[in-house]
Amino acid sequence: MSESLADATQIGGTPNSSDGPPPVTPVAPGGNADPVTSNVLYADHITIRFGGLVAVNDVSFAIPPKSVISLIGPNGAGKTTFFNVLTGLYEASEGTVYLNGKDVTPIKPHKRAAMGMARTFQNIRLFGLMTAEENVMVAMHPHLKSGVLSTIFRTPGQRREEREARDTARELLEYVGIGKAEGELARNLSYGDQRRLEIARAMALRPKILLLDEPTAGMNPQESQQFNDFVYRVRDERDMSVLLIEHDMSVIMKISERITVLDRGNLIAEGTPDDIRNNQTVIEAYLGKTGTREGKRNKS
Amino acid sequence: MATSTAPRTSAPSPSRRSLSHYRWPIGYVVVIVGLFLLYHFILPNLVTQVSGPVTAWLPVATLNECLMWAIMALGLNVVVGYAGLLDLGYVAFWALGGYTAGWLMAAPFNWTWDFHLFGAVAKTYPGTHITFWLVILIAGVLCAILGLIIGAPTLRLRGDYLALVTLGFGEVITQFFRNSNDIAGRNLAGGDGGISIIDPIGTGPFGATGLVPPGLSNGAQDNVYKILVLGLLVGACLFISLRIREGRLGRAWLAIREDELAASMMGVPLVRTKLLAYAVGAFFGGIGGVANAAGITGAVSPSGFDFGKSVLVLLMVVLGGMGNVWGVTVGAFLLAWLNSNGLKQIGVQLDSWFGTTLTATLPRYNYIILGLLLVLMMLYRREGLIPEKRTKALMNTPSRTEMESMGAESLEAAAETAAVEKADAKTDAGIAASAAAVSPVLDESTPKREDRS
Repeated sequence: MSESLADATQIGGTPNSSDGPPPVTPVAPGGNADPVTSNVLYADHITIRFGGLVAVNDVSFAIPPKSVISLIGPNGAGKTTFFNVLTGLYEASEGTVYLNGKDVTPIKPHKRAAMGMARTFQNIRLFGLMTAEENVMVAMHPHLKSGVLSTIFRTPGQRREEREARDTARELLEYVGIGKAEGELARNLSYGDQRRLEIARAMALRPKILLLDEPTAGMNPQESQQFNDFVYRVRDERDMSVLLIEHDMSVIMKISERITVLDRGNLIAEGTPDDIRNNQTVIEAYLGKTGTREGKRNKS
Repeated sequence: MATSTAPRTSAPSPSRRSLSHYRWPIGYVVVIVGLFLLYHFILPNLVTQVSGPVTAWLPVATLNECLMWAIMALGLNVVVGYAGLLDLGYVAFWALGGYTAGWLMAAPFNWTWDFHLFGAVAKTYPGTHITFWLVILIAGVLCAILGLIIGAPTLRLRGDYLALVTLGFGEVITQFFRNSNDIAGRNLAGGDGGISIIDPIGTGPFGATGLVPPGLSNGAQDNVYKILVLGLLVGACLFISLRIREGRLGRAWLAIREDELAASMMGVPLVRTKLLAYAVGAFFGGIGGVANAAGITGAVSPSGFDFGKSVLVLLMVVLGGMGNVWGVTVGAFLLAWLNSNGLKQIGVQLDSWFGTTLTATLPRYNYIILGLLLVLMMLYRREGLIPEKRTKALMNTPSRTEMESMGAESLEAAAETAAVEKADAKTDAGIAASAAAVSPVLDESTPKREDRS
């Protein structure tokens, strides 16, 4: 917490000259290309209401192919709610979600997952009593075909499929750096390894987008650095886009190609890390309008 | 218990797994054939002092009942143990299986056609008489379909709600059969009286080949052969249970049992996967129903399919060890035996020792005794008689993260607060006084150590 605040004050160090917040528009790299088809994921004017409460208000959002995008905002900004709409856990009150150019708004979470959207969880949700290998293999479910009878009679096709799935799972565990833990029950892994296993499990879905909900929570600075490298490796070697929700500003500013900032359900800024660093509205959202700036002046 | 070296439980390696796959069928066949030989050849040739107690404590009829219940328990184990869905209405499938036998293996109504297909009775008998071996498949499929019909709306519910709805469906099916003598003016299943007499198992198409002697009637002299027949069915259920567990579907069930939401986010279709568990469980239930109607009772009536039976099967699964087929089989044998003959025999034994009159009363208190057994199990061995490996890990050891959060960190925190208290004690006499009041041990030990140094 203190670290992110320190970074936030750093943001305030170079005040933006413009007074009003700049107009915010979803950016689709590639100029005037259709945002629906040119992006892996495109959320078009999403609004989510819980009763009278507007959790997310008319937010548009794009993830281009092979990119690293971050979603940030103060507590209660609606980040996780928005995340849950993307994965299909919540239904959007208004708006449309496009995945690979297809409207997936009415499609259920498990089908969206199979279509190329995989996520991890803020508080780890592994299958604790299954081994690391089994955890990864569960996520291959949509890509495997064997049914009840072929499993009972263990047909050659089923056996080959299982063997290949097991090999893929081991390869993925190696990839995230826990290759030796394949036979361990997930609940017996250390915290850091559990986070890695969650990412391996998500990758087993062969997604186009990897959605990571606070992946560096509980990591030390060295691990965070390794994580940065890992995210770029995933993007470059596996052709995945990565969407991050993060609190740690140092991670966000280093890793992201573009950052989207939510505050109280509204999209208040979108741009490169430098844009966000200098954005007056973002600084105000994080530190308050005047009070904190005065406090800062007193301190310095 | 919370030591730093956590006992790590890992799954058996694939090679060991495949070896055990070849080992259990041999052991199982040896046990079943051994039982058959014991009751068929050995016991009749022994003096009554030896054979008497054996047949008194475990008569052949009771052994057959145990085998039949094992089929049921294995079926419910797929639903409860594998997929983690609490089903309180499993008796519905047992009932439908039994009535399928009634429809296809008897002459229940004034049907105008006779149909024989390797039936166990002479061709002159009126009614439908299809061989047991075909009827178990038909009943299994019918029950699986009923499972899908019941499951489709209910499996969208979670936890307690699902349990309540299945409880309701179990009762609905029983009530349906109770009133089945007048469904829109038609007699479908004989109402309160049910259907009797249902054909015995028979040798069916095997008898026609002349390779096996005809027989397997419901007479007591053929009971001993039923050990082989029911043993074969239990073996098939064990085989299916073990195989289906290791694969795409078994993993998906486990994942749903562990964390439904995470499973759906990993692309596991929840309703579909749960429905399959329900259908497989129902298939076993149908087989158990036919085995009961044709092999054990020879008749079906609604009074036999009460809620108590659902509870009994659930008890077998829970006591035996949810998720472990061997535990569940042992649980089924134990409870079926207690319920059928064990309690009575214990009463007889107690009577002969202490002169009490428990022979008649003890079996009547069966549910009290079974309930007590369950309470004791939950207190002292929650994981069941032969627990599943994974569950054992859950019951006996805290997870790594649990230990890290409880053990390591709390130790650090304790050290920290102790250090702070010490520092405070040095700087501020007033606080030191209050700290002394709070933790006399700490304050006493500090000056002592200083004295020595």
